[in-house]
Amino acid sequence: MLLIACPYCGPRDQVEYSYGGDANVRRPADPSASTDAEWSAYLNERGNPAGEHDELWQHAMGCRRWIAVRRNTLTHEVVSARTLKPVAST
Amino acid sequence: MSNGGSSNRLRVADLGRIDRTRPLSFTFNGTRYAGFEGDTLASALLANGVRLVGRSARYHRCRGIVSAGAEEPNALVQLEAAARTEPNQRATQVLLYDGLVASSQNCWPSVGFDIGAVNETLSRVLPAGFQYKTFMWPASGWMTYERFIRRAACLGRAPKVADPDRYAHRHAHCDVLVCGAGPAGLAAALAAARGGARVILADEGREVGGSLLGERAQVNRDDATRWVQEVATELKSTPGVRVLLRSQVAALWDHNIATVVEQVGSGGPVAAHLPRQRLWKIRAREIVVATGAIERSIAFGDNDLPGVMLAGSARTYLNRHGVQPGRRAVVFTNNDSAYHAALDLHRSGVEVSAIIDARPEPSGSAFEAAIAAGIKVHAGHGVLRVLGGSTVRAALVAPIDASGRAANDARGSAFPVEGDTLLVSGGWNPAVHLWSQARGKLKFDEALATFVPDTANRPPPHIRCVGSAAGAFQLADCVVQGLAAGRAAASDAGLGRSPTMFPPLIERETGCPPLPVWQVDYPEAHRYKRFLDLQNDVTVADVELAAREGYRSVEHLKRYTTLGMGTDQGKLSNISGLAILAGAIDTPIAQVGTTTFRPPWTPVTLGAIAGPVTGIAVDPLRRTPMDGWHAANGAVFINTGLWRRAQLYRRGRESDLDAVNREVRAVRGGVGLVDISTLGKIDLKGRDCAEFLQRVYINNFATLAIGRCRHGVMLREDGMVFDDGTVTRLGECHYLMTTTTANAAAVLSRLEYLLQVEWPDLDVYLTSVTEHWAAMALAGPRSRAVLQKVVDIDVSDAGLAYMAYCECQVAGVPARVFRISFSGERSYEINVPAGHGRAVWEAMMAAGAPEGLIAYGTEAMGVMRIEKGHFVVGPEADGRTTPDDLGLHRMVRKDGDFIGRRSLSKPGLAAEDRPQMVGLVPVHAREPIPRGSMLVVEPRQVTPYPMEGFVASTCFSPTVGCSIALALVSRGHLRKGQRLWAMSPLMRMSIEVEVVDPVFVDPAGDRLRG
Repeated sequence: MLLIACPYCGPRDQVEYSYGGDANVRRPADPSASTDAEWSAYLNERGNPAGEHDELWQHAMGCRRWIAVRRNTLTHEVVSARTLKPVAST
Repeated sequence: MSNGGSSNRLRVADLGRIDRTRPLSFTFNGTRYAGFEGDTLASALLANGVRLVGRSARYHRCRGIVSAGAEEPNALVQLEAAARTEPNQRATQVLLYDGLVASSQNCWPSVGFDIGAVNETLSRVLPAGFQYKTFMWPASGWMTYERFIRRAACLGRAPKVADPDRYAHRHAHCDVLVCGAGPAGLAAALAAARGGARVILADEGREVGGSLLGERAQVNRDDATRWVQEVATELKSTPGVRVLLRSQVAALWDHNIATVVEQVGSGGPVAAHLPRQRLWKIRAREIVVATGAIERSIAFGDNDLPGVMLAGSARTYLNRHGVQPGRRAVVFTNNDSAYHAALDLHRSGVEVSAIIDARPEPSGSAFEAAIAAGIKVHAGHGVLRVLGGSTVRAALVAPIDASGRAANDARGSAFPVEGDTLLVSGGWNPAVHLWSQARGKLKFDEALATFVPDTANRPPPHIRCVGSAAGAFQLADCVVQGLAAGRAAASDAGLGRSPTMFPPLIERETGCPPLPVWQVDYPEAHRYKRFLDLQNDVTVADVELAAREGYRSVEHLKRYTTLGMGTDQGKLSNISGLAILAGAIDTPIAQVGTTTFRPPWTPVTLGAIAGPVTGIAVDPLRRTPMDGWHAANGAVFINTGLWRRAQLYRRGRESDLDAVNREVRAVRGGVGLVDISTLGKIDLKGRDCAEFLQRVYINNFATLAIGRCRHGVMLREDGMVFDDGTVTRLGECHYLMTTTTANAAAVLSRLEYLLQVEWPDLDVYLTSVTEHWAAMALAGPRSRAVLQKVVDIDVSDAGLAYMAYCECQVAGVPARVFRISFSGERSYEINVPAGHGRAVWEAMMAAGAPEGLIAYGTEAMGVMRIEKGHFVVGPEADGRTTPDDLGLHRMVRKDGDFIGRRSLSKPGLAAEDRPQMVGLVPVHAREPIPRGSMLVVEPRQVTPYPMEGFVASTCFSPTVGCSIALALVSRGHLRKGQRLWAMSPLMRMSIEVEVVDPVFVDPAGDRLRG
């Protein structure tokens, strides 16, 4: 079972979290401006890297914050777990 | 039942770690025997001279005890009877207790006379992979074959009644977890403890010491067990150190989680207040794997006869339990370790007829000691086969070459060496199981002729492997490695540098390297079975046949021959089997590789895995505040998710359908009260709530005034309906949202995602208040009259209009009242603080009695929503329907973005032939529309029928007077008046139906307002 260090609460077992997919996918600011193909890509297409991957996790059984976890999909190593704030400001 | 006597005729005086003052009585296969405290079932059976303990899986050959530990393939017993019976228990690991009852598993009618033994005469037709070759044709025959095969399988019987024992789960954290309390593990635990670490030391034995308990090693010029005792005493007195005995480390998982299964007590029944087993989930900063090594056998003819035993195990039985394996032993080895076994046996009075050593020129301290003791050594010889009927009588010995091959005229040069016991050592395999589970790599060590942990090749983080588990077979090395690993682990766990510890004085042995002889081969070898896997009856010939048939991958070999399957997972046989495969396909063993080591180390009972999570503890039961009232008033409950809800209330002897019809008629004609506390409730506060709602709902919330409610529909981003509910504006920046019962958690999580990830700039705060409020809906034409009696405000249409909200007192309790309807009738939803729920409900029932108020359940609510044509999430909004499909196109806002909007204009979602929600009535009013039926144009055509749609929800409508349904039908909105057939192959029904408007009752909505 993975040990993920919630930036708000500290290290917690995986069972406290729920997985939320690729952290680098963001909803287009103006969906009406996207073509059908672009919109389909946003909806359906995700990378499946063998290696480090940025993921969203929600600390559902804890502070309920969504956080960004960088995890190695080959070794399950959790490289980092941080708040989303820097992402929001960029 | 006969008494087998308390003879213990093979017991040696003054030897062993058993308590002779505590004799124990036990029963095996119906015969009573005696043993001592400290015995295992296996050691006690051996002491009593019991050799035959079971029958083999395929050939039902007689089998005896071959090992003294977890690797035992033969001595699997059914322990105890009835509710406490446990199959497949290794007699080598079952601690003896008074009154123990065990029996052999794979035999009928008895272990001595077994009908299945006829299989052996059929062995020519039971080759490797015989199941695959024999039972595949005709394919339909499998149903018959399977029953036969299962009955003939070698495993025991599961109990048929509930387990009366309790099982516990415990979580623990430590700095250093040490797996195995042999010399290396003890040293590691000691060093880590001295370094100040919180240490957990787990071992499957009943006392620490591991291999040292079964050998006569010297530490500090004294008996090694004294050193063991010193270390154990220090560990026991060190705060923060926990020693778990009878506890197997069953598995290592990601991020240093270990699953440890502890057998509570000292064997046998446990005290009433204790669990039978405890499953520990231990998170360790650092892990030291010190799991020792497993001795392997050598394949020679009839090497499975009772009386053939691993040399190291015989040594353990002698030194640990004071049991001699026989009176006269022949030893066959390819390495030094068996010399120590021979010497120990010799000193205890066993006659050692000879040591047969495959190596042409053995040397070293052990060899010299054997010669000095007068033991005859046949160097460069091998055992061709065992001579004897039901047990060992002699070994047929001949000269062999370095590959284990005897000369072509082996028969001529062979001679028998007599003995009642044949002790074998084919070398040692490190127990790399835990290391491998943790994704540690292995490498083949040519000198040791086995796989050892490859600690240099990307080792798993925070895990160390030491001692013979790492390929160190000198006691001195094991202790030194253990001390170093324990010290380093404590340091890496953040405890700084600890003092260097000097290892105890242990003399190094000089010796001669092992010779990798895996089998003894000679021209006539094929006439005798040379077993590799004793549990699954896999022989050298089976592996060679599989290789000839093209099974060159070790994983394929395993599946095809069943080598290494079963409860022991090939602990004895795997490495030998793949060495034989490597020889057969002429490939280096290193390239053949091993099969994957998967958890658990030894089988774990389902009881330990389930732990306390059984029965009502599996899931919490959520009850509404009014649950007690429902139970006292005839409610039939239904579970929806974790909630239990009143489905209907039975009166007298009425049927469930009568009850539902009565409840519906009462609401439509008078007034009813339903418990809706389970609906999800989310409190929203913040400056940007209106903007947020606008983005998550398809309809307009910008215009929602304070004190008003509005129905809202949410989509997923792919355009499909996700959830629906109502939103009430409680204040300028304060809203209350309801969700469906089932989706309450999912909606909250989704909204949190949007606010935290996508739109962190919005000022909105969400709080789940589902449990804070008891909610009930008072519905029916006379609802206002009832409510007016208990409320402190005017609830006429002027005072509380349709879709309006107010705060007031209901039955003297502060309440929120919403004029919202799900039934289609005039209706008031009343929320009061949860603690007041039942009192307000009861006050309402009392006040409404003169008006004929009844309680109604979810079933009547469901009938009324179908009558009213309201979709619900699940049957109609099943994740494949758009707002347009559900007839909600007028609800969709014309301007601005919301979640899912962009998808609605995708071609597939705007297609004309999409399924659309319609109503159905039977053409012949008395016929019921079958649940889940599919809709077709013509019922008499051949399958597969072109499907026009399906019935999503159906019920008998007491209001309409016939069966009605909501259905999703292709182009449904254009098909009103058309006829279709509702077919249910499951119910063998097809009835003709007419497509109608989905709103069966009050399409204009007059009853809502009037």
